[in-house]
Amino acid sequence: MTDRNAGGTFLGVPLYRPRTAFFELASCEGCQLQVLNNEATLAPFLGLLEIVNFREAMTGGTDDYEIAFVEGSVSRKDEEDLLKEIRGNARVLVALGSCACFGGVNRLKDRFDPDWTRKTVYGEAPVESGRARPLEDLVAVDLKIYGCPVKKEEVEKVVTNIALGKAVVSPKYPVCMECKANENICLFDLGEPCLGPVTRAGCDSWCPNSRAGCWGCRGPAEDANVEQLEKIMQEHGFAQETILDRLECFGGFARFAEAFRRRRREGAE
Amino acid sequence: MKVDCRIDIRNLTRVEGHGNILIRIHDGRVQEARWEVVETPRFFEAMLVGKRWENVPWICGRICGICSVGHTLASIRAIEHAFGIVPSGLTEKLRLLLKHMETLQSHILHLYFLSAPDYLAAGSVFPLIESSPDVVARAMRIKQLANDLVDSVGGRRMHPTRTVVGGFTMLPEKEELVPFRDRLKKAVDDLLMTAVLFGSFAVPEFSRETEYVSLKGVADYPFIGGDLVSTDGVLRGEDEYREMTNEYIVPQSTAKWARLSRASFAVGALARLNNNFDLLHPLAKEVALNFRLRPVQHNPFMNVTAQLVECVHVVMRSMDLLEELLDGELREARPKVSPKAGAGVGAVEVPRGILYHYYEFDDTGHVRKCDCVIPTGQNHANIQHDLEELAADCLRKGMDDGRIELLAQMLVRAYDPCISCSVH
Ligand code: SF4
Ligand code: SF4
Ligand code: SF4
Repeated sequence: MTDRNAGGTFLGVPLYRPRTAFFELASCEGCQLQVLNNEATLAPFLGLLEIVNFREAMTGGTDDYEIAFVEGSVSRKDEEDLLKEIRGNARVLVALGSCACFGGVNRLKDRFDPDWTRKTVYGEAPVESGRARPLEDLVAVDLKIYGCPVKKEEVEKVVTNIALGKAVVSPKYPVCMECKANENICLFDLGEPCLGPVTRAGCDSWCPNSRAGCWGCRGPAEDANVEQLEKIMQEHGFAQETILDRLECFGGFARFAEAFRRRRREGAE
Repeated sequence: MKVDCRIDIRNLTRVEGHGNILIRIHDGRVQEARWEVVETPRFFEAMLVGKRWENVPWICGRICGICSVGHTLASIRAIEHAFGIVPSGLTEKLRLLLKHMETLQSHILHLYFLSAPDYLAAGSVFPLIESSPDVVARAMRIKQLANDLVDSVGGRRMHPTRTVVGGFTMLPEKEELVPFRDRLKKAVDDLLMTAVLFGSFAVPEFSRETEYVSLKGVADYPFIGGDLVSTDGVLRGEDEYREMTNEYIVPQSTAKWARLSRASFAVGALARLNNNFDLLHPLAKEVALNFRLRPVQHNPFMNVTAQLVECVHVVMRSMDLLEELLDGELREARPKVSPKAGAGVGAVEVPRGILYHYYEFDDTGHVRKCDCVIPTGQNHANIQHDLEELAADCLRKGMDDGRIELLAQMLVRAYDPCISCSVH
């Protein structure tokens, strides 16, 4: 190991500072910004890794890196090529945020015929576009950090674990567990819909803490029982559309949303 | 005199999103100077169609991570206009406080992280952490204050969770707000130090006569809603935004361009300041005058200075707002939202300039049509014209390639473009 990777220490153990790059495809760049957005821990965070490529924040990037964080969904050929090139360079490829993990909000346009979508925004002008796809549709993804936006604490945990060579796992249980631990009033009791019972935890029930229902931005928890949730929602008098809106908003529940649409169509026939 | 030069910058760094700068000088003549925007469109205006109103601010906020508060507020304002909802005075104050903190957060990010490295001959802020720790600590302190206050009022610093049509899902406790008194006070000192730092930088001398467009303030420097104004004397209502923007499509950009009285116009901190100078807080005005910044200023590089002046303004005004909030009751009921058929516009001054959201709803509150006009989209044509003029100016002054390349990048950065947002 060379000097360039000499870093700080963690519990007295010298840390290896992996060379790290950040990239963005189609996205709001919010997840990258979240990485810079926790001023109190930014300096120790930067002590954990050596950032060698971060176009939004620095000039002079390089292809010599080990970890690549990639934000955004893929819909154009040039993005596909860039993603494959990154995969070739990186030892660890991390999908950063729900656009990268699931396609994110960007998938919502794919409810429509692509020609109609293009004409609605650009008229007759030739503008290339394709379906919004998650990274793993095109390359192998080693790690996923969920959320729209991601939580900086989770990014830090992932980076620390990589630096220490430890396994990285996301919680398997739903947001409700965190929400109850936070002693929030349940939104269903306030007459608001919430996807907390089926959504993967790890955000510390960010939205319910603010008395806003969960929109499922982190995708399904393991063993998510979406049909059960539909029942609860119906018992509370929420329209089917309300459930569907939340299921399809951030892309993580796309499979469930499609099944839901199918059942609604069949029910209507 | 310089005769040939070829500048090819793909994916300009230290800006939000993807853009290219191309300059060709041949035989002592500028053959080409181009600002290209190559970002992938995400088609927000299409994806909203058919969605119920409740979804709209959540989805539209995702147009941009840096100004997610502004997008969310413009979206909410457009819906409230369409449904005829008038927010309470308390809601208006809290929204304005959020807006001020977003302006502060974003301007500080631009001043210290994106812009200053050019003047300090560094590639990024990262080496400055070791070489100038005080400077970076100061930037962090101001930015953290802004972000923490957005957390307390909006629920989350990015893509806020509490801001909804009609008001807020939850209000902050007074005890939570009290410590911000001292932090805002400290920020004033930090900003005056920032002014000393930026006062030591030599702002490039360049100027091109430009039309500047912004909201028109009445009692205060404007951020949320109101009439639209330009330095060429155009005045329009908020719902006439289309006549103020006149968007059109060009081959060199996936973002639409805009025009008004001339071939292009500019929006942003400098535009707001040029149109509303007298409404600045006295301390902000003093800082502006120290930089010899007074209306109408036509040097685009001075946009960075205007951002600094606005930082002082929003911190001073936030101190007043905070006192008003602490003096009053922090409690209110959320009005029930009843959708109805109609259309509404929401105009909000986000850090990079004036932003418009427009929606048309059917009688069940489903979106029939959506239009978002983004500040950076309005600036692209002006950046293009500035770039042409700058290249010619550099040529006249006999600058070397390296200097031209640096100035061209600094010019685009001075607009603080948010490119993914402009393409959306
Ligand atoms: S996941 Fe959300 S916050 Fe992150 S880049 Fe995508 S839209 Fe932005
Ligand atoms: S508010 Fe949502 S997350 Fe919290 S307990 Fe209720 S359903 Fe679960
Ligand atoms: S509560 Fe739900 S929508 Fe909110 S951040 Fe957590 S997973 Fe995402």
